[in-house]
Amino acid sequence: MDILRFITCGSVDDGKSTLIGRLLYDSDSVSLDVLATLEKKRSATNSTDVDLALLTDGLKAEREQGITIDVAHKYFTTPRRKFIITDAPGHVQYTRNMVTGASNADLAIVLVDARQGVIEQTRRHTLLASLLGIRQFVLAINKLDLVGYDEAVFQKIVADYQEIAEQLKLAHVVAIPLSALHGDNVVKRSKHIGWYHGPSLLEHLESVPVPADANPHEPRFQVQYVIRPQTEELPDYRGYAGRIQSGTYSVGDRVRVWPSGLETVIDVIEVDQRAVASATAPQGVVLSLRDDVDVSRGDTIVPITAHPAVVRELEATLCWMDERPLRAGRKLLVQHHAAVVKASVTTILQKTDIETFESQGTDEAKLNDIVRVRLKTALPLVVDEYRQNRATGAFILVDEQTGATLAAGLVAATDPEYFTQEVPVEPIFSI
Amino acid sequence: MPTPHHLDYLDRLEAEAIHILREVAGQFERPALLFSGGKDSIALTRLAEKAFRPGKFPFPLVHIDTGHNFEEIISYRDKLVASLGEKLIVRKVEDTIRERGLHEPGGKYPSRNPLQTYTLLDVIEEFEFDACIGGARRDEEKARAKERIFSVRDDFGQWDPKRQRPELWNIYNGRIQKGENVRVFPISNWTELDVWNYIQREKIELPEIYFSHERQCVVLPSGQLLGLSEHLNLDDTDEIVNRRVRFRTVGDSTCTAAVESDASSVDDIIQDLLLAKVSERGATRLDDNLSETGMEDRKRNGYF
Repeated sequence: MDILRFITCGSVDDGKSTLIGRLLYDSDSVSLDVLATLEKKRSATNSTDVDLALLTDGLKAEREQGITIDVAHKYFTTPRRKFIITDAPGHVQYTRNMVTGASNADLAIVLVDARQGVIEQTRRHTLLASLLGIRQFVLAINKLDLVGYDEAVFQKIVADYQEIAEQLKLAHVVAIPLSALHGDNVVKRSKHIGWYHGPSLLEHLESVPVPADANPHEPRFQVQYVIRPQTEELPDYRGYAGRIQSGTYSVGDRVRVWPSGLETVIDVIEVDQRAVASATAPQGVVLSLRDDVDVSRGDTIVPITAHPAVVRELEATLCWMDERPLRAGRKLLVQHHAAVVKASVTTILQKTDIETFESQGTDEAKLNDIVRVRLKTALPLVVDEYRQNRATGAFILVDEQTGATLAAGLVAATDPEYFTQEVPVEPIFSI
Repeated sequence: MPTPHHLDYLDRLEAEAIHILREVAGQFERPALLFSGGKDSIALTRLAEKAFRPGKFPFPLVHIDTGHNFEEIISYRDKLVASLGEKLIVRKVEDTIRERGLHEPGGKYPSRNPLQTYTLLDVIEEFEFDACIGGARRDEEKARAKERIFSVRDDFGQWDPKRQRPELWNIYNGRIQKGENVRVFPISNWTELDVWNYIQREKIELPEIYFSHERQCVVLPSGQLLGLSEHLNLDDTDEIVNRRVRFRTVGDSTCTAAVESDASSVDDIIQDLLLAKVSERGATRLDDNLSETGMEDRKRNGYF
C-alpha cells in the first residue's frame, strides 16, 4: 500500500467540501457519531439532506459563513491506498493556503461548477498547482445534476480547459463528470451519466501512479542534526542525522560536503541504529564520514559525481504571502530546509498575470502575487532548480523580526547565463 | 544487509515524523516532549529513539499529571522512562489548583482536563520551553484537522486559527519571538489505525488498559461506560456493572470512557478498528461532546 496526497481546489461555491464529504461518506470513512452530529444539525436547520460539507469545515467562523478559511486535512484508506486530502480554500484572499496545500500534493482535483464553466479561479488554481510541480490533474466537473446531466455542457468545459492545459503544458489531465451532492461518479459510477465510460473519481485516485515512487534525481542529503553521544562507550561517535531528499546513498560513496567543498567517504549508514548498505529517499538516516571534516546543520552532502548549484545569487519564483508588499532591496531570511541564511531581494523582475499567464514588468509584489525575483544571500546555498528537484529547489522567505513566513520560493535559475534579461525602461534604438 | 526497496506507507509516515523531530532538535534551544502515557505519546518515544539514538533525546519528557490517573499508566510510565534512560518531569494539576487558587471541578464526573492547560503553561514558563512536542493527530477532531505541524502559540499559549503560518513543503518555520512557543505534532498525518499498525510493526509494549479486561464501570445516561474510581461522585441512582472493556484513549479517568471489547492483543484491536464505526474521541471523550466547538475553544485557550 502507498500514499497519495491530493489537493482539491476550485472556487467558493463549487462544492469542494461537499465532494470530500461525499468521498469520505461513500467510502465508509465517516464514523457513526460524526454522522449523528450531522443529522442533529440537519434536523435543527430543517433541511432535507445532511450537509456533507460540515465534515471538513472545522472552524466556528467557517460554519457560520459557510466557507472554508484554512487548509483542512482529511484521511481515508481503501484497500489500495492511504489518501491524504488537503482541502484548500476557494476565496481569493486565501490563495496562499492553496499554495500551501499544493506544495505537498501529488495530484490536484480542479473542481468546476457545470453551470459556470471555467472561470478565473480555475485558471489561477491550475496555474498555482502546475507551478508547484503537480503533474496529475483531475478536472472534476461538478453539479452536473443541475444541467440535466448534459454531455454537451461537459464537453464544452473540457474543451475550454484544454486551452489552459496546453498553455501550461499539463501532461496528465483526466476529466470526470460528477455530482458530489448526489454521489454520481464520486465513489460509485453514475446511473445518470450513461454517455461517460471512464472511471469514477475514487477509481481514478486509486490507480493513478504516485510520483514519489519514481526517484530519478541525483542524490541530495542535508544535515538536520549532529548526533554526538559523548559517552564512555561512544566517546568519538559523530553521526549526521537527516533525511535523504532525493536519490540513493551507499556505503563507500565518495562525497563532498557543501558549501565547504571538502571531500570524504561515507563509512556507515544507519537506519534506527542498524547499519545498512544503502538507503534511498525519503528515508531518514544517520551518516558517519571517514574524515574528521567540519560539518554542521544545514550542510549538504552529495556524491562527488553530483552537481548541485552552490550559489549566492539566484533567480526564483515567489508566491508572496504577506499583507505588506515586497519591494526591491528588502532584507529577509531564506530558509532552505535546515539552512537559514540572510538574503536580500535585489530585483523584482516580473509578475505573472494569472489571467493570461503572461509576464509583465513590476516593481512590487502584493499579497497573492506571483513574481520572479533575483536574490542575493549572505552565505552560499546548495540548491537545484525546482523543476529539476522539488525537494531541493524549494525554500521559504521569513521575516527576520516577526518570524512570519512571507513567501514560498521556487528556484528558477542558478546560472547567471540563464538569468532573465531586465527590460530597459526606455527602448533603445540604434541605427 | 537490506537493500533499497519500495517504501511502505508506514515507512513514509515514520520518515516524516523523524524528520520533524530532528527539525525540533535543530531549531530550538529548550524543547520538551509532552508525554501522557497514551499510545500516541508512546509511539513518539519510539520515533524519538529512531531519530536520536545512539545519542540522548535532546529533550525531557514532561507529564502533566491530572491526579485522575489509571494506575497502570503511572507504572508503565516509570518503567518506560527507566528503560529509555531519559529525563522525566512531572507537574501535578493538583498543585496548580492549590497554588493558583483554582476551583476544583465539581459534579459527578469532575474532569480536570481543562485545568491541565494551566499546569502546562506553568511548566512551559518554569523551564522556558520554546517547543512542546505532542502526539495529537489531525484525524482526531475537526479543529485539529486545521492545525499546522509547527503551531505557533502566543504568550498565553493561545492558538489563533486565522493567523497560522502557511506551512510549505516539508519546510518547518520555528522562528519565534520572546514569550512565544511552538507546539509540534510529528504524527499529524497519522490516523488511529496507522498508530496501531505502527505499534504492531514495531512490537511496542503498551499499558494493559488498552487491552480487554474486567472492570467495574458506571453506566452513563448516554450508555457509555466509565471506569469506577474514587474521583467520581456517584449516588444511589448510578448503575454499576462489571464488563469486559478496554480503553481507546487515555486521559483524565473521570472523562475517558471505556468501550466493551474482547480484543486482547494488538492484532485483535486492529481487527476491531477495521470494523469500528465510532470515532476515537466520539467513543471515549466526554468533554468534546459538550459542544460542537469544544476542542477549538480549548485550543484557543492554550490547550495541547
